[in-house]
Amino acid sequence: MLKLIEGGGASQDRRSGERRLEFGDRWPYEPSPEAIDRAGLRDRWDAFIDGRFVPPAEGGYAADLCPATAEPFAAVAESTAADVDSAVAAARRAFEGAWGRLAPLERGKHLFRLARAVQERARELAVLETLDSGKPIQASRDFDLPLVASHLFHHAGWADKLEWAFHGRTPRPLGVAAQVMPWNFPLLMAAWKIAPALACGNTVVLKPAETTPLSALRLAEIASEVGFPPGVVNVVPGGPSVGAALVTHRGVDQVAFTGSTEVGKVIRRAVAGSGKRLLLELGGPSAHLVFADAPLDQAVEGVIAGAFFHQGQVCCAGARLLVEESVHDVFVAKLRDRMETLRVGDPLDKNTDLGPVGSAAQLARVRELVASAEAEGAARYSVARELPARGWYVAPTLFTGVALAHRIAREEIFGPVLAVLTFRTDTEAVRKANATSSGLAAGVWTSHPGRLLELARGLEAGVVWANSYHRFDPTSPFGGCKESGLGREGGRQGLAAYVRLEEDA
Amino acid sequence: MTERPREDGPPRRSEPEAARVGIRKTWKLFVGGAFVRGESGRYRPLGGGETCPLASRKDLRDAVRAAAEASARWSRTSALLRGQILYRLAEVLEARRAELSAQLAAGGAPAPPRELDLAIDRVVSFAGWADKLSLLASTVNPVAGPYLSVSQPEPIGVVGLVAPGRPALLGLVGTLCPLIAAGNVAVVVAGEPDPRTALAFAECVATSDVPPGVVQVLTGDRAELVPVLARHLGVRGLDVWDASEADARELEQLAADGMKRVAFRSWAVSAFEDARRASSPAMLERFVETKTLWHPLGA
Repeated sequence: MLKLIEGGGASQDRRSGERRLEFGDRWPYEPSPEAIDRAGLRDRWDAFIDGRFVPPAEGGYAADLCPATAEPFAAVAESTAADVDSAVAAARRAFEGAWGRLAPLERGKHLFRLARAVQERARELAVLETLDSGKPIQASRDFDLPLVASHLFHHAGWADKLEWAFHGRTPRPLGVAAQVMPWNFPLLMAAWKIAPALACGNTVVLKPAETTPLSALRLAEIASEVGFPPGVVNVVPGGPSVGAALVTHRGVDQVAFTGSTEVGKVIRRAVAGSGKRLLLELGGPSAHLVFADAPLDQAVEGVIAGAFFHQGQVCCAGARLLVEESVHDVFVAKLRDRMETLRVGDPLDKNTDLGPVGSAAQLARVRELVASAEAEGAARYSVARELPARGWYVAPTLFTGVALAHRIAREEIFGPVLAVLTFRTDTEAVRKANATSSGLAAGVWTSHPGRLLELARGLEAGVVWANSYHRFDPTSPFGGCKESGLGREGGRQGLAAYVRLEEDA
Repeated sequence: MTERPREDGPPRRSEPEAARVGIRKTWKLFVGGAFVRGESGRYRPLGGGETCPLASRKDLRDAVRAAAEASARWSRTSALLRGQILYRLAEVLEARRAELSAQLAAGGAPAPPRELDLAIDRVVSFAGWADKLSLLASTVNPVAGPYLSVSQPEPIGVVGLVAPGRPALLGLVGTLCPLIAAGNVAVVVAGEPDPRTALAFAECVATSDVPPGVVQVLTGDRAELVPVLARHLGVRGLDVWDASEADARELEQLAADGMKRVAFRSWAVSAFEDARRASSPAMLERFVETKTLWHPLGA
């Protein structure tokens, strides 16, 4: 399928008869790597507790691997329950002390400072994020960091305005928030959790994902540098046992988790009956609907971004594409053409669209799901691209002839794999889109606005993107229905997870 | 702005070397991002040999035109960015505490440092309001037909702000910031008896990220300027502080042309110091217009 026209030029497309550009081998991309000398790297990262880095009380250090090379590049403390204890105690002291005593606007001013500091350090944080997570620098620089800063900025402004957000009911902080992060957007998810928690007057103990702890540790350090009182933001790196110790700790009042539905259920069961407030942002394959009357070329861009942004490792990735049958062939052809132009490689290279997946385990899972789809009879198309020899890379892959019963149509893939299904009527499209236990997001492409709105009402999803995909903003609530989570993050609605209203007491 | 250097010749030898002659600032009007002399050449003394211009009707019309030119862009600037720009203004004010404090003291403020604290914090608070007004004031209307009906606040455009006299700085930022946070642009007639603080504040605006034309500051005779503002068809709203009942009636009559939105308020200093009241969303809602959009549902 890969058409290499020597030297590039224009050619006639056999299917459509359209003329199109071919990028031959005369238009190569020179490497354009981002420098890492200002990424604030250090050899050893400890837990950040009570305003400083603290060596683990009992555990040792684990190697933090760089997904692009699969090689260790830092040693990170393996926290234990003892570290969780001291972090929760520090957070409690701050809540009952310096932080809790602050007037609301003063809290906000701390957050404004943090937002500004993050903006100033955006470049080093983006590089650190890319090194640790394998996320292309394009994404960490142009997507993650601007959103991190704007989330902090937006929530900073809420601190002195909370009484206006709840229709006259008086909000009070909950106490200590235990926040467990995913590995796909380590810093962004930390900001999504920390910003509203602090704006509402809580203090935080955050556990970053085992494979991507660095940016959250750096964020806590920056918060301390700009003058946050000790204990307001604590970060305990480590594996699932640390997460378990944290969410079940008696000293925490709120548990916020972003990650898999499976772990979300475990957390919900563990927290049940404890009176802790729960905020869950879980996953699930989101559906992307393309109708025959859609602007197809724009839809291609949206579907590509929906499926392949950050190697598809996005909770709301549009991994299930539902295309109206009459345009299936032409749309899939356009998708394949567009996939050919995606650049897979070094995430630090500014031209790279797709980096590696986040871990060896993730690579194995994606490969296993791809094999299952082939075994179940779907037709596979992978971009014929030589992948880097080292690192956990997966070529962008598309399956056609997928049935609703196939595993790739039901399970969350979390890799650069797109499953294509078809439909004939609006009703069928909505029925197929809703035929999962999850309901995080959905995308709809059609030129008919009324149809969009009607479809949006029928789709069981917390977020519906119309003629767009992967849009995020601190003012806009995000979160899922059904098994995709509990509660919302962002906007006025997102504050609710972090306050106690009078009637809750 | 260009000023020919005075040709005073070399300093006289008889002057002792230690005595340095200070430089005195020529206070000017702030219009379209520039500091300009009053068009009419009139001024009023401020004491200490300083003066400030008495703006004319022409100055006011120029100010409205500059504001109107800035309005299209400012009203479409994202609310997040408007908030960030206001926060930047707070940063600049904080860095110029010494000067503002001195101006407040010279203008007769009883406790300049405290007023500054409150004023800067007020700017920060309104910076946070910029992207939140719509979250509180918008609605999706459950109309009884197959339609999506949404209503949201929009800025109205040029608002004339006749600023409160006391507190000179807190009163000014507390009434100006909500206007521009909501996306309006302002022509400010500085309050009495301390118009100089308003001009010092304008210098902070000029060195922050607030785009030229979003804020104009005029000093002058209220009785002369405000009726012109009230009549001007380019002005969409009028926020008048400390007007007498008779003046308010007259201004409201003038504002009938163009059906300007008007507010006549007069607060004690303590009201401006009460953050809960003075930074409530009501401050932003006064000069916005609700726009309702309808769209059919279904194919």
